[in-house]
Amino acid sequence: MPAVSKGDGMRGLAVFISDIRNCKSKEAEIKRINKELANIRSKFKGDKALDGYSKKKYVCKLLFIFLLGHDIDFGHMEAVNLLSSNKYTEKQIGYLFISVLVNSNSELIRLINNAIKNDLSSRNPTFMCLALHCIANVGSREMAEAFASEIPRILVAGDTMDSVKQSAALCLLRLYKTSPDLVLMGEWTSRVVHLLNDQHMGVVTAAISLITCLSQKNPDEFKTCVSLAVSRLSRIVSSASTDLQDYTYYFVPAPWLSCKLLRLLQCYPPPEDGAVKGRLVECLETILNKAQEPPKSKKVQHSNAKNAILFEAISLIIHYDSEPNLLVRACNQLGQFLQHRETNLRYLALESMCTLASSEFSHEAVKTHIETVINALKTERDVSVRQRAADLLYAMCDRSNAKQIVAEMLSYLETADYSIREEMVLKVAILAEKYAVDYSWYVDTILNLIRIAGDYVSEEVWYRVIQIVINRDDVQGYAAKTVFEALQAPACHENMVKVGGYILGEFGNLIAGDPRSSPLVQFNLLHSKFHLCSVPTRALLLSAYIKFINLFPETKATIQEVLRCDSQIRNSDVELQQRAVEYLKLSSIASTDVLATVLEEMPPFPERESSILAKLKKKKGPGAVSVTELEDGKRESGELNGSGERGQDAAAMAASNASTPSPSADLLGIRSAAPVNAAPASAGSLLVDVFSEVGPAAPSGAVNDDGFLRFVCKNNGVLFENQLLQIGIKSEYRQNLGRMYLFYGNKTSVQFASFSTTVSCPGELQNQLNVQSKPVEPLVEGGAQIQQVLNIECLTDFSDAPLLNIKFRYGGALQNLTLKLPVTINKFFQPTEMASQDFFQRWKQLSQPQQEAQKIFKANHSMDTEVIKAKLLGLGMALLDNVDPNPENYVCAGVVQTKSQQVGCLLRLEPNAQAQVPVPAAGLPSL
Amino acid sequence: MMQFMLLFSRQGKLRLQKWYVPLSDKERKKISRDLVQTILARKPKMCSFLEWRDLKIVYKRYASLYFCCAVEDQDNELITLEIIHRYVELLDKYFGSVCELDIIFNFEKAYFILDEFLLGGEAQETSKKNVLKAIEQADLLQEEAEAPRSVLEEIGLT
Repeated sequence: MPAVSKGDGMRGLAVFISDIRNCKSKEAEIKRINKELANIRSKFKGDKALDGYSKKKYVCKLLFIFLLGHDIDFGHMEAVNLLSSNKYTEKQIGYLFISVLVNSNSELIRLINNAIKNDLSSRNPTFMCLALHCIANVGSREMAEAFASEIPRILVAGDTMDSVKQSAALCLLRLYKTSPDLVLMGEWTSRVVHLLNDQHMGVVTAAISLITCLSQKNPDEFKTCVSLAVSRLSRIVSSASTDLQDYTYYFVPAPWLSCKLLRLLQCYPPPEDGAVKGRLVECLETILNKAQEPPKSKKVQHSNAKNAILFEAISLIIHYDSEPNLLVRACNQLGQFLQHRETNLRYLALESMCTLASSEFSHEAVKTHIETVINALKTERDVSVRQRAADLLYAMCDRSNAKQIVAEMLSYLETADYSIREEMVLKVAILAEKYAVDYSWYVDTILNLIRIAGDYVSEEVWYRVIQIVINRDDVQGYAAKTVFEALQAPACHENMVKVGGYILGEFGNLIAGDPRSSPLVQFNLLHSKFHLCSVPTRALLLSAYIKFINLFPETKATIQEVLRCDSQIRNSDVELQQRAVEYLKLSSIASTDVLATVLEEMPPFPERESSILAKLKKKKGPGAVSVTELEDGKRESGELNGSGERGQDAAAMAASNASTPSPSADLLGIRSAAPVNAAPASAGSLLVDVFSEVGPAAPSGAVNDDGFLRFVCKNNGVLFENQLLQIGIKSEYRQNLGRMYLFYGNKTSVQFASFSTTVSCPGELQNQLNVQSKPVEPLVEGGAQIQQVLNIECLTDFSDAPLLNIKFRYGGALQNLTLKLPVTINKFFQPTEMASQDFFQRWKQLSQPQQEAQKIFKANHSMDTEVIKAKLLGLGMALLDNVDPNPENYVCAGVVQTKSQQVGCLLRLEPNAQAQVPVPAAGLPSL
Repeated sequence: MMQFMLLFSRQGKLRLQKWYVPLSDKERKKISRDLVQTILARKPKMCSFLEWRDLKIVYKRYASLYFCCAVEDQDNELITLEIIHRYVELLDKYFGSVCELDIIFNFEKAYFILDEFLLGGEAQETSKKNVLKAIEQADLLQEEAEAPRSVLEEIGLT
């Protein structure tokens, strides 16, 4: 029986729905639907013109069928016809059908847009709202093209009804989200901000969502909204629960609007105006105070609405991260919620505390709740709450509580839900490494991890423990002893065998003195696991065996016996067979010296980002994994935490460098030498610092000219590299033209989005150098490399370098980087051969002060003739033999080719092994 | 911003679906299937929020119907829970103690009410009175426009 049928009630529809509900099986339902579809199709195709009501009814049936999950491939035209009906309900059903079932049939879109246009200009508010709802629901690009300019007008027009304004605001928001390029800012934007003052609360509620979105994208243009939002919030917070009439929800005044206001404020830094800030702090305090007041109602809706505002206020406090008093109060409030009987509140408190843990003001306050959180991890019945507790423990971990937290996480792992085990394992591994004071604790922890949750220990984790053991010789003996003991267990995880095989193979000698772990005992122990292991582990064990032969000659016979047996040497697996054959041969024919060289202890691994951290990031998305850094004060290299921030720091420094280019300092300033005043002429700028290798890197922020100097004498190589990105260069020059290939390599496993590069010639350089580049693809996949070609033309002599700015998104964070491109004047040198006589004749001609530059500097390295020669050749000039009477001196000549002129240059380098090295040089404008 | 809202029964039948982000039909079906399964598997006392892909799921059960919303990371879970409640109140007021059948037989009304309340995934009008006023006005328009119907139609045979 159909239940109530409000309004007109399409009886045919109700009967059809009843029929469907009465179907006993899926097949019966499909049969009934097919019958109905055939019926509707014949009606639509029939000769008799259908009246509006029937059309509406059939369209509605089609909609119902679609919502049941069946495909609908007709009826669109009839629905579009309904749009132009004068009858409201017909129009309404037409719009509903379009909203739910729109397809991008362009012919249809044109008709739909026509109908919408008519309704928008009808001045009938009900029709206008229907049309706006439809645009907001579909939000296609075609609709944005047609209406993006019209809707702002409707929104701010003085005579628009409130309900239409509300729909227009959110409609515009949807269009802005789908096609931001089509929604143009304009005069309307300032008027939209003032909707925050509107008398109608519904208008404010709708408009603020639009304002928030626009502010995120154009913060400056909308910053007046801050003070408006604060005063609106203040009025709501201080109003009595009845003041706002129907906008009060279970005794809480305007909870939705309050939350949205607090959200909007999170788009901005704390207000600079003292009065506004004072008012806001007052609001936040009132909200925190209200949380302590007895509830005005026992209904859960009351407390939910109230706490929704409270949590949003806490988010704002955390966002500002500048009011220690509020942060600590927030933390205490959340602490109370940790033990609340409502699961929802416990969940949210744990979640919110995670962000508080990363603020220096509240980190300690969060730590005081450690016992409660550990308890939650043990006793919460809902896995999603336990997950939050584990996240919070991870976030609050520092050196002072690492042992406790890691121990609790390990013990939780024994019973943890399968869904979160892998993540827990990664977190334990990261914390153990990060806060390890003594590495034996670290080794114990990881081996425990393998013992407890071996299946969830990914390769990254056990690779990492091996890397660390190899790099730290103080822990190698302990590690060998511990794995040896762990392998005694009758059933041990294959990952344990892998770690054991590797570590005993490298460091088994450190425990071989003890007869209980003599070489043969070690070998037998490892080999007892061999047959239970997979092929990759067996391969690893075979390598361990050959290392044993090297470490302990007394095991040679036994091991050769093993290698020689059919199951190894004739193994069906090619890899195993090859290893067995080769190792057997190696051990039989190589002398002990050769064997010792081949099987020498592994060299230390280069320190780099923990691969586990990368893995966790991949699992959770970047940004979700930062371990608190408060205790360490500074970020250690080798960790990628907060790489986003660091990228911005670097960018800020790069920007400041870019704004104060110091040409002579870069080209003339030899690092260790005092500034040279005597080199005013352009020729002087040829004295480049080619002899000092770039020392051990400047501070990581000033990345930009580090790579630069290395390229003065060479054209190819790696210009820049950090943990995310590597930039390689290949370049070639001919006369006054050059071509540079830039290779951008994504070193992470995550895609870079919005990747863009710009090359600019600051200041005068734009008249001196012409650099053209093609835009690059905006997406760089993880591990991929893209290439960009620059065409360079030297117009006249120059001393600045062009700047390369690179922007991209890694995870959520925008990375911004500015580098100096190594384009220096010497790249346009053409070597010139000349005889001794010519050289000195010209040399003497260049006697004017601006034609000459001389510099004496200390050599940073020993003066190796070949190295100096290579550098000079790299500079681009011809190195002239037998020109200078003193064979110790180096003499070069070349012509700088620019578009406007050619400049001949001569160079003499007079090394003085006892004292200093004077470099006189001279340049002669040939024209 | 809310990304979508689903209403489904204890048997897992979808009763209403509203999508505020463009997704293909296939994706919608997959998401609905996944979520219905996940939520029906949860026990009554569990918390109303869960992480799902990169979204937050907020759900609540009213009698035989589950109301489930997906919101973005920075959205407020509790206020979303109250969005659900307000929508239930609106349905309840309009239908007069609403039940699942009302929503099945008058699904178009359920959509209209939702459009008045939420638009583009954001709250448009949170006052119960104002939302219902808009819907009732529309109903009035409807009755005025009523056309005479055939006898066959009256007994529901077409």
